[in-house]
Amino acid sequence: MAETITLEVTRYRPEREREPTFQTYEVPFRKDWVVLDALNYIKDRLDGSLSYRWSCRMGVCGSCGMMVDGEPKLTCATFLSGYMPGPVRVEPLQYFPVVRDLVIEMTDFMVKLKSVKPWIVRQEEKPLSEGEYLQTPDQLDTYKQFSMCINCMLCYAACPVYALDPRFIGPAAIALAQRYNQDSRDQGAEERLDILSQHEGIWACTFVGECTKVCPKNVDPAGAIQQYKLTSTKEWFKSFLMPWRAK
Amino acid sequence: MNEAPVYTKYHPRWYRARVSTYWWSRRWAYLKFILRELSSIFVAYFAILTLLQVRALGGGPEAYARFQAWMKAPILIALNALSLFFVLVHALTWFHLAPKAMAVRMRGRRVPDFLIVLPNYIAWLAASAILAWLLLRR
Repeated sequence: MAETITLEVTRYRPEREREPTFQTYEVPFRKDWVVLDALNYIKDRLDGSLSYRWSCRMGVCGSCGMMVDGEPKLTCATFLSGYMPGPVRVEPLQYFPVVRDLVIEMTDFMVKLKSVKPWIVRQEEKPLSEGEYLQTPDQLDTYKQFSMCINCMLCYAACPVYALDPRFIGPAAIALAQRYNQDSRDQGAEERLDILSQHEGIWACTFVGECTKVCPKNVDPAGAIQQYKLTSTKEWFKSFLMPWRAK
Repeated sequence: MNEAPVYTKYHPRWYRARVSTYWWSRRWAYLKFILRELSSIFVAYFAILTLLQVRALGGGPEAYARFQAWMKAPILIALNALSLFFVLVHALTWFHLAPKAMAVRMRGRRVPDFLIVLPNYIAWLAASAILAWLLLRR
């Protein structure tokens, strides 16, 4: 008989249940299968009512983040072979409200992300005739790491500060703010300062550092936050010592 | 499961899990973090001890002699040794976190981590040498 592995998957059907429960499924074990393959097998062959998000299945879209055996993981990049002989527990990303089964509600993250203006802010656009905004490889290198973020929210599911204080802007949003702050074409650092320097911004972070450890794209949000703490402190001293320069 | 479906009229019924008071016990990284935070109480203890020492010094030779006698109690020696250990843990881990917060770039490249850590150690050694010179000369 072919080898199998047991998956314990969170089920939550709000029209029927008050609280999530676990349902176990027996799926074939294949060496080249990731957890997402097993979920797709369940959906196709065993139980079409299971709900979960996925799209690219190659670590780019950031949709398939779930808790696998208690760790935030991209299920498309988490091989079943690492969990043999099983069982493997698959749960929705923790610290987010659950909509159904493995699907979480992410509006909170979307609102926070938008609040830090993660786009290039210009005080004045230069005329088209002057051509594009050029950048040297060095200038690109300063922010490139932060630009790798795919908004998968694994860092939020790893962050106890976000768990205890949901007002915290959170790792990915701050890393993406830094991505634009450090972009030589951007002029929006001052506008972002007010949002990031609040208590719910960088100062809520106690530097547990787990966001960086779980990040599938090596973005290092914990580093971004600590670096911004330094920037914010410098700005505060500047405005304190030179009040006439404050806005 | 067999109950009739209950639909909410306007809003989906999200499930929000409560965060347990013991959230830190579930993961070694969280526990390590909490233990480090808790141990900073020893750092505070050292600060208070220094204040008491300054007060004793202000109280004249007699008060200072009493303070010194008090510090010789075995239990205080043990407590101070333990506190010194935690102060060192905090100082060293702090040094090694410094490169995270300081992304210094020179000639288009990020300065390697050890070059950020090293000046911390040098400053520490220099401060210790100055203190040793002040205390041990004569």
